[in-house]
Amino acid sequence: MAEIRNYTMNFGPQHPAAHGVLRLVMELDGEVIRRADPHIGLLHRATEKLAENKTYIQSVPYMDRLDYVSMMVNEHAYVMAIEKLLQIDVPIRAQYIRVMFDEITRILNHLLWLGAHALDVGAMTVFLYAFREREDLMDCYEAVSGARLHAAYYRPGGVYRDLPDSMPQYRSSAIRDEKTTATRNENRQGSLLDFIEDFTHRFPGYVDDYETLLTDNRIWKQRLVDIGVVSPDRAKALGFTGPMLRGSGVEWDLRKKQPYEVYDQVDFDIPVGVNGDCYDRYLVRIEEMRQSNRIIKQCIDWMRKNPGPVITSSFKVAPPPRLSMKQNMEEMIHHFKLFTEGMHVPRGEAYAAVEHPKGEFGIYIISDGANMPYRLKIRAPGFAHLAAMDEMARGHMIADLVAIIGTQDIVFGEIDR
Amino acid sequence: MDSFQPLFEQLFGSEWGVPLFLLAKNLLLILAIIIPLLLAVAYLTFAERKIIAFMQVRVGPNRVTFFGIPWLGGWGQPIADAVKAIMKEIIIPTGANKFLFLLAPILAITPALAAWAVVPFSPELVLADINAALLYILAMTSLGVYGVIIAGWASNSKYAFLGAMRSAAQVISYELAMGFALVCVLMMSSSLNLGDIVAGQQGGSFLNWYMIPLFPMFLVYFISGVAETNRLPFDVAEGESEIVAGFHVDYSGMAFTIFFLAEYANMILVATLTSIMFLGGWLPPVDIAPFNLIPSIVWLLLKIAIMLFFFLWFRATFPRYRYDQIMRLGWKVFIPITLIWIVLLGAVMQLPEAALQSFPLNLWF
Repeated sequence: MAEIRNYTMNFGPQHPAAHGVLRLVMELDGEVIRRADPHIGLLHRATEKLAENKTYIQSVPYMDRLDYVSMMVNEHAYVMAIEKLLQIDVPIRAQYIRVMFDEITRILNHLLWLGAHALDVGAMTVFLYAFREREDLMDCYEAVSGARLHAAYYRPGGVYRDLPDSMPQYRSSAIRDEKTTATRNENRQGSLLDFIEDFTHRFPGYVDDYETLLTDNRIWKQRLVDIGVVSPDRAKALGFTGPMLRGSGVEWDLRKKQPYEVYDQVDFDIPVGVNGDCYDRYLVRIEEMRQSNRIIKQCIDWMRKNPGPVITSSFKVAPPPRLSMKQNMEEMIHHFKLFTEGMHVPRGEAYAAVEHPKGEFGIYIISDGANMPYRLKIRAPGFAHLAAMDEMARGHMIADLVAIIGTQDIVFGEIDR
Repeated sequence: MDSFQPLFEQLFGSEWGVPLFLLAKNLLLILAIIIPLLLAVAYLTFAERKIIAFMQVRVGPNRVTFFGIPWLGGWGQPIADAVKAIMKEIIIPTGANKFLFLLAPILAITPALAAWAVVPFSPELVLADINAALLYILAMTSLGVYGVIIAGWASNSKYAFLGAMRSAAQVISYELAMGFALVCVLMMSSSLNLGDIVAGQQGGSFLNWYMIPLFPMFLVYFISGVAETNRLPFDVAEGESEIVAGFHVDYSGMAFTIFFLAEYANMILVATLTSIMFLGGWLPPVDIAPFNLIPSIVWLLLKIAIMLFFFLWFRATFPRYRYDQIMRLGWKVFIPITLIWIVLLGAVMQLPEAALQSFPLNLWF
């Protein structure tokens, strides 16, 4: 009798569920996965090396492009590491702006994750619903930074500029007449804060919509419950962070455990799963969206009451105001030095980590006192999660593998860097 | 039409005239079914895109029009798609079995179209009024899976092969549940002729339709139909996010389009058969003045449209089952339900006539 061999199959890199360029070499016994071997590196762009040859501020846009669905949070870790080395204080209003945009980004990321996860499991409508809400949040990005994706809004010492007083408006076109455009622009009449506040009122209803479609859906539960179970001990041993860890029942969140910026001033809860399966991680992320919404509301309330500077007044780090630059020799020199040579960061090393939507995102910088880092290391949460693919997928079927890729919330920008 | 028979006899002589006339007549009738059917398939794709777009707060296709008329925006889309598909090259992968690779789409579309021969559109309007129509339908719908299996095999691709295996297993298990559900219909109507089955549901109102006494069978049949046509939530054979496009992953151009056409023709077929066997076919819901004045074919088309809408609605709503869960649903839920229902129905039908008539509210036996 012929020897029975396992079926080797290449999953990706060109595969609709590969979330970019994941290449998995699978050994299959029928449809059951015996081994899943992730191959990475197809999106490697040498971000860490590039940062060694750029001034500190020039690397901010590279951070956007790491995890390209949660752009501002990547920047956050980077600027926090620089601030640690520089030992400068960030104005409190800038801290609130950062917290608010971190949470907006968390919602953006979880919405994309939800849509993509549901699409992988076969429910395609949620994807388009999620994108409807993402559109509004992208407009917030656009309003503060001018860019919808790669914002480059956080700067060492604060944020690039204060929140604008007006929102970008839709214009009528051949497809949409004046009246439709007017209704679409209804909640864009006030400032950015008004728009975000309006969004926070609408958003819980939207989340309810997604939950109606998925949470109690029998097929959805059959596809997710008991798939990719990770015990709390294994989750810690594998280096899981973020919702992947909390889904296994470990209450660990940097926003609570090592509060940075003003996270100790705002009120929110950490959702925790019980079984550590895909369904629990789904519930955790859904609840995180609701909690983020709560944090955004509190930030809006605070910011309405407390105007103030949004970037440090140290001109070695942040550019001086335009007007004084034109009138003052000292400021003129600062401006020139900052935009040609960049800032000099004192010798030393620093690690700063933020609670990224995907887990702990850390930046480790070694500075030799020059105007660019001696070495920059990125701690990407997705890397540890992807490394657990084999353990999570073994013994499941191909269709479950897709659910596991979805639940890991993999983005190759940060894994391959 | 029969008035042309003398003309044929005059032209070809009495020996050849009659068979030639019958041939020409049947070919014309076949065309009269196939052409509207293919048009319906084309516009079903358009309807699907528009309806799902509406459910997903999108616009859907709204550009291609005829002669630049703006309010027809989108209605030219199926035609444009068809033209595009015809223009494209059919790529045959290296290592594929060329003959089987090209045979598979033909095997998929032929039964999907052939099954329409016995479908009655109104009491008189049927191409082949045969007595074994139900058997013929079952035979034809189960043939369709050969196209899928051969396509998966001939492509010589692992993804296609997995799709073919899934499809084979799925169709066999749901074919059984479907067949058992139809056995109940057959018991109720005591006929295999589709026209007689509709006639058996006559009796004044929708309460007489087999949907009411056979409600579980109606559900089983329709859900099995969705599974048979590989539509969501049962589209594991082509599950896009798992095995990309399954059995037709290596097909392109017209060869792919034919699979596509077959899927949609099968959808319309399942919707039609559900309407005929459970929803009273061309019968109006209530047999009173405004309703029974409407032509019978309108009622049939309306019921088909409603059933098709369900197909599209499912697609927009549900996630996809896993392959083994589909098997479980078929073997452990549907087949036992149908078997129990057959026994129950048989027992009720074996009751003495007087006992049956003494039941209040008995409309069916």
